[in-house]
Amino acid sequence: MANTENTKDTEFPKKNPLSMQIDLAKFAPATDEEKAQQEVMSESTTFFKDGMRKLLKNPLAVGSIIVLILIIAAAVVGPMIVPYGYEEMISVNGRRDKTAKNLGPFEWSKNEQKAIDSGEKLFPHILGTDEQCRDYFVRILYGTRVSLFIGFFAAILVLVIGLIYGSISGYAGGKVDMIMMRIVDVIYSLPDMLMVILLSVVLKEVLTPVIEGTFLARLGSNMISLFIVFGLLYWVGMARLVRGQILSIKENEYILAARSIGAKPGRIIKKHILPNCLSVIIISTALQVPSAIFTESFLSFAGLGVQAPMPSLGSLANAARGGMMSYPHKLVFPAVVICLIVLAFNLLGDGLRDAFDPKLRR
Amino acid sequence: MAKYIVKRVLLAIVTVFIVCAITFFSMNAIPGGPFEGEKALSPDVKAVLMERYNLDKPVGEQFVLYLGNLLHGDFGVSLKTGRDIGTTIFDSFKISAKLGGMAALVALIAGVILGSTAALMRNKWPDRVIVFFSTLAAAVPSFVLASLLLLVFCIQLQWIPVWSTQNQNYVLPIIALSFYPMAYITRLTKTSMLDALGQDYVRTARAKGVPQIFVIFKHALRNALIPVITYVGPMLASILTGSLVVENIFTIGGLGAKFITGITTRDYPMIMGTTIFLATLMVIMNLLSDIVYKLVDPRITFE
Repeated sequence: MANTENTKDTEFPKKNPLSMQIDLAKFAPATDEEKAQQEVMSESTTFFKDGMRKLLKNPLAVGSIIVLILIIAAAVVGPMIVPYGYEEMISVNGRRDKTAKNLGPFEWSKNEQKAIDSGEKLFPHILGTDEQCRDYFVRILYGTRVSLFIGFFAAILVLVIGLIYGSISGYAGGKVDMIMMRIVDVIYSLPDMLMVILLSVVLKEVLTPVIEGTFLARLGSNMISLFIVFGLLYWVGMARLVRGQILSIKENEYILAARSIGAKPGRIIKKHILPNCLSVIIISTALQVPSAIFTESFLSFAGLGVQAPMPSLGSLANAARGGMMSYPHKLVFPAVVICLIVLAFNLLGDGLRDAFDPKLRR
Repeated sequence: MAKYIVKRVLLAIVTVFIVCAITFFSMNAIPGGPFEGEKALSPDVKAVLMERYNLDKPVGEQFVLYLGNLLHGDFGVSLKTGRDIGTTIFDSFKISAKLGGMAALVALIAGVILGSTAALMRNKWPDRVIVFFSTLAAAVPSFVLASLLLLVFCIQLQWIPVWSTQNQNYVLPIIALSFYPMAYITRLTKTSMLDALGQDYVRTARAKGVPQIFVIFKHALRNALIPVITYVGPMLASILTGSLVVENIFTIGGLGAKFITGITTRDYPMIMGTTIFLATLMVIMNLLSDIVYKLVDPRITFE
């Protein structure tokens, strides 16, 4: 028989080929190598690890993460490196330089050229200057910062309000749920953009005298009214999402099982409901950021955005429209940055959904 | 069905009412009346004017009167031009409606064609190109696109003359307005077309030897278009709001331009009139697209 060859002859007595007795060699203990072949279980992973692995395999998502990190780093670190302020007019040797108006990228004004010729070192105007002699690169960096801040803050605002409202409605059920959801229905069917514009107009007028002198005045009434509007109108989508998630998860058997073995509601929420709807909520929050940036730039473009010396990408693009014929680059740069941010967030959101949405999992 | 329609119509009426209330009361919250400002009026003249525009009555009563006037199509009088707002809105809306209608049509036709092409050629190069461009298009705000189009085609290349009363070229504004909804419809059509192509009835049709072209147009596409219907309402809303800014960029004297002028000149009755008009229009469009959606697809059950 063939199997006699690969067994260790020393341990087993030689067997007569014609014998009907059991072949002892067949019962030899498995070697480590053979044991390893039996391992069919993959390494155990957590939900988060598995999702991250999938996310990092998606080249578009990774690319957008890199783009976003670069943009955020530029917006945070950039203004520290460039020695100009966003509302600072270019000055040479302590005197205001009126010739530094509307310079092209990497150009020097006459006075600056003189200073350089006499041996001084100046930081180049990477994107030139604007019509008020301010360094345009720094303004774009600050504009990006403002737009990103608005995007993140609005997303958090929407998340908090939507989460609280949605979970109350989902838990309470019954009449409370019905009334709360009718309110959501009505707000949902309001034309949001029109209401945003309208409320921005009104709040701008109403808030300006109220916040005068406080630290809020530095933010500007427009930005505050923007947040108020987001807090008032944009949370309804999130509230609906959260409520729907909680309602469907509440009906699952494992919740019933947890309840039947006496788990307290707090534990059920923390252990069973939240982890199951977290991914959907995070994805939706990630997609809220570009939508807020979109809205802000739209409002800034209509002249309802952030307060004057402070730039945002939308207001920079709007301001550049006047000199579009002579200085097209001033329109192109903020426009490209807006598109890049929105595109990167959209792709990241899609990637997160593919990686984390339990409904899409195999 | 009837119950659903009644419910939706009621919701729409409530929404329009709330829009009117928000608009009216928020405009009233703005400090300073309409007759303060440039010229100081004598108290007598002011009293007469206040009475003429019902401003001497309590706010609640003013609101009721305003609502009553709205029902008669009376939006009041512009504070800046002194013209009747109803006629101003009606005249300028003709331009906006033409622009918006064409943009919606372009977005629908191009979106459906691109979306079904992508679905039919799944994972081949046309699909990849279409997906790439629709992702890109979804990230470009309409006002950015409008300014860039104006910059490239009107100023740099000078292919298309800048808008004027003699020279009404709708091409660029239509592209700017239809780009985003087109991208959305493309993605929507692609997913629903892929879904439809995987259905049993498509396999049955293929199995019994129906020619490919009939399978695509009669069996798959007709069913794939149903989700697109629900997007028509939101699409018109987004085109109308987009046109607020796009019209300004191309200096088209439509409703959007009137609205923005109203904001910059603080012409409150004008802002109120335009907001209420546009909001009502959007609510009606949403209502219609939802009802048509339910009518078209018999599989959808009514709660």
